Amino acid sequence: MIRPGKLSAAGLMAAVLAMAVGAAHAKDKVKVGFIGPLTGGVSVNGIGGRNSADLAVKLRNADAKAKYEYELVVLDDECKPNVAVQVATKMAADKDIIAGATHYCSSTAIATVDTYHKFGFPVIVWGAVLPDITYRNKYAEIHRVNGTMINQNDANAELISSLGYKTVAVIHDTTDYGKGHNEYFSKALAKIGKAKIVGTFGVTAEQQDFTAELTQIKSLNPEVIYFGGLTPIGVRIRSQMDKLGIKAVFDGTSGIVSDAFVQGLGPLAEGTLAFREGAPTEKLPGGKFFMEKYNAQKYDNPPEAYGAFAYAAMDMILDTIEKTGPDRKKVIEELGNVKDRDSIVGKITFDDHGQNTVPVITKYVIQDGKFVEWDESEYATGKRKLPGQK
Amino acid sequence: MASPGSRWNRHSGRITSPRLRGDVKNPPSEIHRSSQDDIMDVGLFTQYVMNGLMLGMMYALVAVGFTLFFGVLDVIKFSHGDVLTVGAFAALASFAGLNALGVKSQLVDLVVMLAIATLAMAVLGMLIARYLVMPLRSAPALNTLLITLMLGTVLRESVRLFYPQGANPKPFPALLPRGSVDLGSFNLRLDNVLMLAAGIAVIVSVQFLLNRTKLGLAIRAVAQDQDTARTMGVNFTAIVLVTFAIGSSLAAFAGVMNGLYYNEINFGMGLYLGVIGFSAAIIGGLGSIYGAILGGFLFAGLQTVGTVLLPFASAYKDVFAFAVVIAIMAWRPTGLIREKISERV
Repeated sequence: MIRPGKLSAAGLMAAVLAMAVGAAHAKDKVKVGFIGPLTGGVSVNGIGGRNSADLAVKLRNADAKAKYEYELVVLDDECKPNVAVQVATKMAADKDIIAGATHYCSSTAIATVDTYHKFGFPVIVWGAVLPDITYRNKYAEIHRVNGTMINQNDANAELISSLGYKTVAVIHDTTDYGKGHNEYFSKALAKIGKAKIVGTFGVTAEQQDFTAELTQIKSLNPEVIYFGGLTPIGVRIRSQMDKLGIKAVFDGTSGIVSDAFVQGLGPLAEGTLAFREGAPTEKLPGGKFFMEKYNAQKYDNPPEAYGAFAYAAMDMILDTIEKTGPDRKKVIEELGNVKDRDSIVGKITFDDHGQNTVPVITKYVIQDGKFVEWDESEYATGKRKLPGQK
Repeated sequence: MASPGSRWNRHSGRITSPRLRGDVKNPPSEIHRSSQDDIMDVGLFTQYVMNGLMLGMMYALVAVGFTLFFGVLDVIKFSHGDVLTVGAFAALASFAGLNALGVKSQLVDLVVMLAIATLAMAVLGMLIARYLVMPLRSAPALNTLLITLMLGTVLRESVRLFYPQGANPKPFPALLPRGSVDLGSFNLRLDNVLMLAAGIAVIVSVQFLLNRTKLGLAIRAVAQDQDTARTMGVNFTAIVLVTFAIGSSLAAFAGVMNGLYYNEINFGMGLYLGVIGFSAAIIGGLGSIYGAILGGFLFAGLQTVGTVLLPFASAYKDVFAFAVVIAIMAWRPTGLIREKISERV
């Protein structure tokens, strides 16, 4: 196992050696794959991920101790499920490609799991958050380094419980996204067992008026209103809570982490909670190392929020191939044993579904019009207080 | 505390109020079963009535517009909801302008915003009537419906694209006095009362204008029979334009009211309000002002009842409200109040 520090030193040495001696002996070539959205609306994220995976391969190839020389095969899923299935089939059917870091979009990642399973092609998902990708089936081929909305809601329920709140009302939109949040938050809260849910309200994603739901919630008098949905209706609900004189904590998800939420509410946004998978890259354990190496390559685009995860996924694939040799079956077996593995995104442990169980979740509270990390906020120190906070 | 309870019962009258009261009591009572039970109930019930009234007022204002347009020209103008959106954004833009000019008085802000929004939408309504609706008079009514539907999309997307950061929800200033009285679980807000009063005043004046003035007489004449009205010396084009101006100003008024009530507006707000206003006008009886008002309040009542009474998730309140509308239309195909002013064969 190679730590980031050692890796960089080794990389430098290798470069120097290679220049001085020339290629000592020709290594076997091994192909690995990357799939992400390289065109279309979310292509910045896909290109950031591609560059990061590319960086992992380049650093490994510069390492004299590496047993193989790696070649990265990159395909574009366009964030479209139908395209994704085609490119996934193309990659998995090529027996020379041993493993892949795949997909930023949940819709493409969930569409391709059966394909990878059918071909016995090991993948590590580097960006998509839908829980079903790892949890709908128990495919040994599928792994994921980033967190899911489950982890986010675990962190949410934990914070609410630890702050001593006892009653929570849930509002969620009725899309898969909102329903997922409701399900996982409710489960997480029940598991901790300190707070209980006094009412659950499904609302449509275009709804304007929430006064009827909120009046019912007011009569239930919860200390916290959990909201599983996106910014536009989040703004409406928070603002109508104020109209009805409801003084509960507004507890959101990653769906409201956006500047538009704060702009839409102004001072009313103060004290809103929100949670997000991942962390700002510079805050990750290996973030500094990663950014230095990334910048040295002079890529045209920044790595974006999930670039570090793409790097970690690819680095883990390379580590595994180094250990087992270029054999898909052995790689799958070895990935099943990943436990407390160091990476630039922190320790990685895959559960029996291949899901990383110790992902980084960032807790936010809005303070003075900004999303501030909870632990650094004045709410955590007790200088300011949320409604009903002890 | 029985007497206020029964008073509210009597007040709410027609729509299943005894059941409403009973059922509201059930879910919360598991949590607060206390001596305060009765007070909580009355407060809660009053809150629902207030919410429903505010919602109904906005629906009614939109529905009246639909009914006016249908009355004079027998057309359905589907861009009506989006005119409301543009009106609300015009008000917001004038607020930003007033702020830049350093105006501090909230009353001045409000008056200027309302004036600009209603006048601008009156002009927009006239332009739509003159250049989109009237040229299509000899074409099938379906064409007008389609062309205004498309215009609605153009207006909506234009707000999204051309208003600064128009895709995001926008905060709308709270310009009415913010006082409120807390009566148990009922929070009576002064601004809500003012808005309701203003809404009633607007509807009453439209009614007065239609029934008691010469202009109203002309509008009703055109609605009843265009050709006869013309031979009697009524300037047909002018009357149509004025009617569209009135209807569109009402939409602008409803848009500003929406902004003041929710303190938030967004580019998509008119689409939903348009569909509901249209349905309200239909169940009330297209062409009848009273029908539109009744339809608006009925729809708001149905949505509130749907949220409060249905045992399953409130997500189905629209399913419930629209299902009842379908049932009403099957029962009374011409609406609750038959069209009086433009019955035609």
